[in-house]
Amino acid sequence: MSLSHHHLNTNILPTLSATIPTPFPLVFSAPIVSFLSFIFYSPLSLPSSPPIFSPFPSSLPTRKKMATAFSPSKFAAQPFPLNTTSQNNPLTIPTTASPFLGSTRKLIRLSSSSNLNIRRRSGTVVAVSDVVKENKSKSTLNLLITKEEGLELYEDMVLGRAFEDMCAQMYYRGKMFGFVHLYNGQEAISTGFIKLLKQQDSVVSTYRDHVHALSKGVSARAVMSELFGKTTGCCRGQGGSMHMFSREHNVLGGFAFIGEGIPVATGAAFTSKYKREVLKEADCDHVTLAFFGDGTCNNGQFFECLNMAALWKLPIVFVVENNLWAIGMSHLRATSDPQIYKKGPAFGMPGVHVNGMDVLKVREVAKEAIGRARRGEGPTLVECETYRFRGHSLADPDELRDPAEKAHYAARDPITALKKYLIENSLASEADLKAIDKKIDEVVEEAVEFADESPVPPRSQLLENVFADPKGFGIGPDGQYRCEDPKFTEGTAQV
Amino acid sequence: MAAIFQGVGAAAALSSSPSNSFGSKKFVSSPCRPFSVRKGASFAVVRSDGRVNLNPKGRRAQQLISNAVATKSDSAAASSSSKPGHELLLFEALQEGLEEEMERDLRVCVMGEDVGHYGGSYKVTKGLAKKFGDLRVLDTPIAENSFSGMGIGAAMTGLRPVVEGMNMGFLLLAFNQISNNGGMLHYTSGGQFTIPIVIRGPGGVGRQLGAEHSQRLESYFQSIPGIQMVACSTPYNAKGLMKAAIRSENPVILFEHVLLYNLKERIPDEDYICNLEEAEMVRPGEHVTILTYSRMRYHVMQAAKTLVNKGYDPEVIDIRSLKPFDLYTIGNSVKKTHRVLIVEECMRTGGIGASLIAAITENFNDYLDAPIMCLSSQDVPTPYAGTLEEVTVVQPAQIVTAVEQLCQ
Repeated sequence: MSLSHHHLNTNILPTLSATIPTPFPLVFSAPIVSFLSFIFYSPLSLPSSPPIFSPFPSSLPTRKKMATAFSPSKFAAQPFPLNTTSQNNPLTIPTTASPFLGSTRKLIRLSSSSNLNIRRRSGTVVAVSDVVKENKSKSTLNLLITKEEGLELYEDMVLGRAFEDMCAQMYYRGKMFGFVHLYNGQEAISTGFIKLLKQQDSVVSTYRDHVHALSKGVSARAVMSELFGKTTGCCRGQGGSMHMFSREHNVLGGFAFIGEGIPVATGAAFTSKYKREVLKEADCDHVTLAFFGDGTCNNGQFFECLNMAALWKLPIVFVVENNLWAIGMSHLRATSDPQIYKKGPAFGMPGVHVNGMDVLKVREVAKEAIGRARRGEGPTLVECETYRFRGHSLADPDELRDPAEKAHYAARDPITALKKYLIENSLASEADLKAIDKKIDEVVEEAVEFADESPVPPRSQLLENVFADPKGFGIGPDGQYRCEDPKFTEGTAQV
Repeated sequence: MAAIFQGVGAAAALSSSPSNSFGSKKFVSSPCRPFSVRKGASFAVVRSDGRVNLNPKGRRAQQLISNAVATKSDSAAASSSSKPGHELLLFEALQEGLEEEMERDLRVCVMGEDVGHYGGSYKVTKGLAKKFGDLRVLDTPIAENSFSGMGIGAAMTGLRPVVEGMNMGFLLLAFNQISNNGGMLHYTSGGQFTIPIVIRGPGGVGRQLGAEHSQRLESYFQSIPGIQMVACSTPYNAKGLMKAAIRSENPVILFEHVLLYNLKERIPDEDYICNLEEAEMVRPGEHVTILTYSRMRYHVMQAAKTLVNKGYDPEVIDIRSLKPFDLYTIGNSVKKTHRVLIVEECMRTGGIGASLIAAITENFNDYLDAPIMCLSSQDVPTPYAGTLEEVTVVQPAQIVTAVEQLCQ
């Protein structure tokens, strides 16, 4: 997460500036230039470099002390000062109390990007706390959301959180098994992005997909039943936690191997472009969102799809949920250049970094990125800095992460932040929000009841969905297609 | 029927005159990408004794390949216009099938390396990009895993892509997508998404192409649940299987063979498909059932000539459907002849033959008079040296010996 250590190497700056593709500002229309200007990592506008911290102790002798004093996890947990008051002073060390900062280190990177942000786009993408400060004196016209939108966002995030908490309970009670990966802490990304989509837009996720499915509109009952392995689940109990699909809501999965879903998302975006250009459905502007994590960004499929998406200007947004940890592997230990958003421009698309604990910020960035895709301007890479409050999965003892890091992010809980925003801006009252909390609790309870009462899949279901056309099981010795065998429908046929 | 070899084209190189064993001939053609043959184009014909003949039209009587299926009267030198149907080469048959399906259904599209402007490394997609546009015949970057996955995603969302692996071996890079997503997504989504994708490409042992370009992926893919695998061997079944695969709602892998692209045959003018799950009776017989597919069909047919001369009557079945097996046709044959020989190009270990033996033993053990014999390629990376390469695949002489042994 803390990305300051890499980019300010003076040796790198000149070369990096040379690599920024210059045609871009010409290609995009004016309103978007401001959007792009802060996202393109533009070294020329940054102040001169302070001492650089390298995580590799062997490289520079003076760094050794620092390296040993801070374990990778602590180092990684240096907070982005995006939510703090130091935004207007890019050169100062963030003043929020943080045990992670060495006194000789100056964190500049992302504070300055957000500072560029503020300089170039007044007021549109701001921290929640900044808005809070501003709006004490300004009218509500400057708010990012309306009351309805605010409540919708709140409800969606609370649903995600309550659902995942219930999953944990159910897992430990033996109602669901296997690998279950919970999304606690990352709700702002799912809500911020998916609530802007239409029904025909597609979402592709990873194994941490419960909340993406919920945000897209799959009912809590269907997801819970699927987790219980019941036949009323969204995938008839055949997929499980890591394979949430919904044809109706265009949730294209749910993939167990990381990176696997990204080509599928690229294909869905390709279909959208194909429909418009070949099938002449002129108003087809379906967008696909591909969600994946920081670990995936070192995988070949990620890069191959960035290339293809940018090459053909596919209507897709690549959303990186950078929660710094791939099970127990710190992002910094796995990645040569941890700033993932920088990889976008290398392929010819904008790369954006956003604070993923702030749903309003995510939403603003999402609006731009999805708008770009809808207009046919091509893909965007959005890196959301976020954190998962629980372990990688329910089987993960989560011993490697520093409790201080966890506490730091717990203090930035997106739901709490939105709640604070809504109340302080008089968009909603405590009572409104409590009512939503209660409603969601009921929804989740009801989902569990429904799942409990649902039947398990009968044996006959075993062979049903292996092939779309069951003739694929072939012709049996008796000359009949095997699917015509009565035992086939019982699930006991030999295939 | 004369086989037309191109001077620098991939050789079909299937059979020589009947009395010679296959491996003893040297072939001039080198295994590069063929350019297409159009009527009137001049091309070289490689004769079985290695001489190159530059004027094939006067040489029709030189039979370089016997096509064991369809047209029997292939020795007639009469003009082709009097017979029904039209003559073409196997790669043209594939192209015709693909083109017809693309015309018939706008959702059918092609993705692969060099399929568009280049026309396909074996010319199966030649001319299609000009006709249908760059989006319908998509030239992809060299990223098999990702563009196969892209094809799968497109199939899930309504298109019917045909993904080409320039060589089947390259699809090893796409194994993740083919197995996890191609084969399994329909199931893990509870039947919500269908994946009507066709994955095709040339495989098999060619003419000194080296180990990595001579792979037989059917044995690796056969365990993937949820996919169908078919192998074409003649222009007739190539076109038929291509069309059937495109029309099928299941993901289908169509195995072509590098050396078969220049087979020539007369095929019907009308629209037809070949059933994906059925095997093809090539030559009915009484004494022994020989099960084979793809290029080995031609080795078997060549051996069959020798066997017939020696008084045997082999029944030759081209199984075509590698997954699932057509146990009806196979079973009927086993019940008739009681002896089975499998001839395949796969490796011995874990190949299609191994699965076939298991399936036949399970279902028809009582009908067998002798243990099933299986001739497969050696478990050896295909060597570059021609002499070694010959020995790794099954040759007609071995087939003859095996049948004699089986029928004792």
